[in-house]
Amino acid sequence: MPLLPAVALLALFMLGPVLWSFYGSFTNAALTGVNAANPDWVGLDNYRKLFADPDFPKAIWLTVVFVFASAVVGQNVLGVLLAMLMRSSQKIIRVVVGTLIVTAWILPEIVAAFAAYAFFSKEGSLNSLLAIVGITGKSWLYATPMLAVILANVWRGTAFSMMVYSAALNDVPPEITEAATVDGAGGYKRLIYITLPMIRRSISTNLMLTTLQTLSVFTLIYVMTAGGPGTNSSTLPILAYQQAFKFAQVGYGTAIATIMLIIGGVFAVIYIRTLKPEVD
Amino acid sequence: MSQMTIAAPRQRFARGASNTILIIIGLCFLVPLGWILFASFDTRATLAVEWPKNLSIDNFTAIMTVDQTWRPLWNSTLLSTGAAVITVLASILAAYPLSRFAMRFNKPFMYAVLFGTCLPITAMMVPVYSLFVRLNLLDSLWGTVFFMAATSLPMAIWMTKNFMDGVPISLEEAAWTDGASAMVTLRAVVLPLMRPGLAVVFIFVFIQAWGNFFVPFVLLLSPEKQPAAVSIFAFFGQHGAVAYGQLAAFSLIYSIPVLGLYVLVSRFTGSSFAMSGAVKG
Repeated sequence: MPLLPAVALLALFMLGPVLWSFYGSFTNAALTGVNAANPDWVGLDNYRKLFADPDFPKAIWLTVVFVFASAVVGQNVLGVLLAMLMRSSQKIIRVVVGTLIVTAWILPEIVAAFAAYAFFSKEGSLNSLLAIVGITGKSWLYATPMLAVILANVWRGTAFSMMVYSAALNDVPPEITEAATVDGAGGYKRLIYITLPMIRRSISTNLMLTTLQTLSVFTLIYVMTAGGPGTNSSTLPILAYQQAFKFAQVGYGTAIATIMLIIGGVFAVIYIRTLKPEVD
Repeated sequence: MSQMTIAAPRQRFARGASNTILIIIGLCFLVPLGWILFASFDTRATLAVEWPKNLSIDNFTAIMTVDQTWRPLWNSTLLSTGAAVITVLASILAAYPLSRFAMRFNKPFMYAVLFGTCLPITAMMVPVYSLFVRLNLLDSLWGTVFFMAATSLPMAIWMTKNFMDGVPISLEEAAWTDGASAMVTLRAVVLPLMRPGLAVVFIFVFIQAWGNFFVPFVLLLSPEKQPAAVSIFAFFGQHGAVAYGQLAAFSLIYSIPVLGLYVLVSRFTGSSFAMSGAVKG
């Protein structure tokens, strides 16, 4: 049966951890010591603790802000804008700017995180550029950590949306926009009534994919702010990691992971059911 | 842009505006990237982007040691190649029946695969850690390779099946008539015809594994097994505050392979926007 290797790998390393996550969230597993080897069944204790912990609703809120601002708004709006600008610009500019944007996306995530860290640091590029125009910049990573990681994620991830929208715009038949022009529709009206409705399928697909990707961003935030200062930029992935490995509460961290898996799973089901991607 | 050849003044204005906005956005994207490049050639680099005060390759020569650069890069190569080879083999085998034979479980299986591509892998790392402790796979290179292969498998099966669907079935029917078995046909007829597609899948998995930080960060503990992504982070923690130049130099060396592979894959697919098509829903 040729499907066997794939099924075995998926069962052991994808389904296994998911099931283990549900099981582990009901135990008091620790990183070291007695409870690491033989964790006890504690029922819903982790979840009770989780919902009583003020850091948890805060992390959910920060995750929502991060996903909404950087993926739904940032990457998608900038992605559409770039895709459209590229159609009406000079080839050399298109190629150079496109290469820069794709480079930020294709770099290893840790390198991208260093670059963003350097950019937003107190002695970093942003502040040295602001100094040229006479503004004394703040220490962005401490003063506005969420803003910094959101902008960094837009910088890092917009290439994907730009490429999806470029492909989608290429599929819009030019006759239709030309007909609208003849009928007297200006650029703005053409965009709202013709172009965007024509690519709406790409828009919803891309919104979903960028949401799911951004939901699981860890490295960028961990390197730039480590979730700090305090827990001011601790999104759910960071919180789960810190609870499990910094505070050695693996069971508790697993409960957070389980909640994230459920959120991701719900989004995935919505995506598959509403958009019905072709499977045949 | 053929309709733009006889440009009306208004269109010329629009083009000028597009160019200007694009250049401004491009500069915003350039500055953080430029820092890596300039700082790596500057022995007295700071966190701000600037033309090297002290242009030299000393940063590169300083990090050219086994512990600092060569072993982590070798580990990255092992991890990424291992994951890519396993993923490509498993997805070829899985994609063949899915693409060629109409079976009852095809549809549910492909939906499950699609669901798998959507799951947030970072969310799983805490349970994966405790599962690996149980299975005694923690700090094992092979365990990490198989985990990385499994997590990239859903996307790889999806891509491989799409590439395989593009190979016409009539050639195989001829081979079957001549008495070749399904596996022989797969190897001798189908695979040679989809070589560029397989290269795309291989490079796609390789780039993902090469750039992955979180998975080896959690699963590999001993420094001599850690790939470049993790060792560079340790370096940042230990010397980050002083040796920005060396950090940037290491980042640059570590990034070059994936940048090169990306250029290669855009040759295969004939578009500089390679890979977006593969992920398009």
